[in-house]
Amino acid sequence: MMQFAIFAARKTPWDIIGENFTLLAAALLAFASVVVVLFLVAGRATVRAQEWLKYLVFLVPALLLLLVGLIYPTIRTIIFSFMDAKSENFVGLDNYVWAFTIPEILVVLRNTAVWVFLVPFFSTAIGLSIAYMTDHMKRPNVIKSLIFMPMAISFVGAGVIWRFVYAFEPNENRADIGLLSAIVKFFGGTPPNWLLESPGNTYLLIAVMVWIQTGFAMVILSAAMKNVPDEIVEAAMLDGATPIKRLFRVTIPMIRATLVVVLTTIIIGTLKVFDIVRTMTGGNFQTNVIANEMYSQAFRQMNYGTGSALAIILFLAMIPVIIYNIRQLRLERTER
Amino acid sequence: MTASAASVRAKGRAKNIFSSPIASAAAWIIAVVWTVPTFGLLVSSIRPEKDINSSGWWTFFSNPNISFENYQKVLFEGTTTNPPLFQFFFNSLAVTLPAVIFPITLAVFAAYALAWFDFRGRDTLFFGIFALQVVPLQLTLVPLLQLFAKGLQIGDVTIIPDLGITGTYIPIWIAHTIFALPLAIFLLHNFISQIPKELIEAARVDGAGPFTLFSKIVLPLSVPAIASFLIFQFLWVWNDLLVGLTFGAGSKEVAPMTVRIAEMVGTRGSGWEVLTAGAFISMAVPLIVFFALQRYFVRGLLAGSVKG
Repeated sequence: MMQFAIFAARKTPWDIIGENFTLLAAALLAFASVVVVLFLVAGRATVRAQEWLKYLVFLVPALLLLLVGLIYPTIRTIIFSFMDAKSENFVGLDNYVWAFTIPEILVVLRNTAVWVFLVPFFSTAIGLSIAYMTDHMKRPNVIKSLIFMPMAISFVGAGVIWRFVYAFEPNENRADIGLLSAIVKFFGGTPPNWLLESPGNTYLLIAVMVWIQTGFAMVILSAAMKNVPDEIVEAAMLDGATPIKRLFRVTIPMIRATLVVVLTTIIIGTLKVFDIVRTMTGGNFQTNVIANEMYSQAFRQMNYGTGSALAIILFLAMIPVIIYNIRQLRLERTER
Repeated sequence: MTASAASVRAKGRAKNIFSSPIASAAAWIIAVVWTVPTFGLLVSSIRPEKDINSSGWWTFFSNPNISFENYQKVLFEGTTTNPPLFQFFFNSLAVTLPAVIFPITLAVFAAYALAWFDFRGRDTLFFGIFALQVVPLQLTLVPLLQLFAKGLQIGDVTIIPDLGITGTYIPIWIAHTIFALPLAIFLLHNFISQIPKELIEAARVDGAGPFTLFSKIVLPLSVPAIASFLIFQFLWVWNDLLVGLTFGAGSKEVAPMTVRIAEMVGTRGSGWEVLTAGAFISMAVPLIVFFALQRYFVRGLLAGSVKG
């Protein structure tokens, strides 16, 4: 308790925690009482009153939140993207012209494109390989848990983990604390200053995202593979197909729909990636991506115009993926 | 019985034919590679400061010095402007609990209505909510923040007044609730609409109204789906940076741990000894939840992704 003496004059952390938890308890209690009271009152209402009360209690709250919290802000952002920094005057397409002409932002767009191609490709390829390799293993659980584990780690935590792997020691006489540098030196190479040197640093950040997403791809694809009938695989084996051929000729075609879902989910997740870049390089050294630049423009430069335009560009980049996904879903529905 | 035993044996034999030692070895190698970075962080966090900064964590095994000083330092040492991490740990808890409970409650309600109430445009509404899943968070940040800060006026008419809640948890809770709703409603609807119609009809014939039906039949039967989504949403909120950063309005009194760790990374002052320990503290709770409830988490993921 000694170290808290310095806080004596002002609020101590425990004071703050106390206040916060009072608000927390009040909020939870208020929420619970509203729900309970609504149920008690509505449950005793006449049958006819319940016919409209049920919509008010069950459906309206969620719809209102979606309307105010998602639909209205989206429309506002679209409008903001055609206005100046303080959203006072309309500037036409200026913000979009800005995004596609300023060299700095072009780097951001290029990096985002690299991310969107590499992350889904490698996560899905590695995830698929592991799912295939462990498909008929006796005890695959430990392997799968280890590869899946990064899914539980925050992007910020992953950023710290990998910054440590990529740590660079400029003084040659001192021992390396970064694993990657040590490995390169072990094989007789000279490690670069990993996170500072472009374009290598972007690939190193991408590796972090692949590390996180592979487990997701593996779990989903592994479940899909369990649905591939053993008889088909056995038949392919009897025909003398090697395991690699079996993967490409039998397994992949049979899990194609799931593969598409995995790829599109990872593409959308990658487009929105923000935390990794922010914690590892802060978007410096030519590693910036749209989601991080959008944050910088809107909340650092306080330019709502350019920030909103970048958000819209981010959304437009997702639309082809979304359309493909919806088509796929429709196709499945008609097949049934 | 013999038939099922035979099929089990056949299945076992099939497994032996398929599995190859090379594939197993390769899978193990990837698994080890995947784990080493996290393991290195954990090992470093329990080494003395001097060791961390002068030698690689892998030398720990030839020179094992254990010290929990880093944890002590990052958790409890701080100033008013740079509060100790334990304060942020409680902030994370205070952010997460309502941000999990609110959206799940509202989503169960809405999913029930969309699955079992008969009204015109029901399918259109459901499809619309499904489509809202794709709206990226970034698209809503600025207007939603202004809404919390200034309320909503159209012309001179105040539709939502300035509530004066900026800098408290309330905007973070509401923002998380909003962003979680589309996926939550979609997943829970998939589950709740599968409840056998006979069950619902039987209860209706017995005189159960929409509210009794919900609390006596729909809610108890939805527990597995709710549990899956609960884990999902918990991990999402606990690990989130963007919402905490923007809707916390920069206040250290409400910022969750992720915001604090990201800030520590950014400032030159924080050495690896506090970063490794701090990062591990922030990862501990989700990792425990993950390993304890992995099965439900996977079930939730599958419900959202594998179709057909």
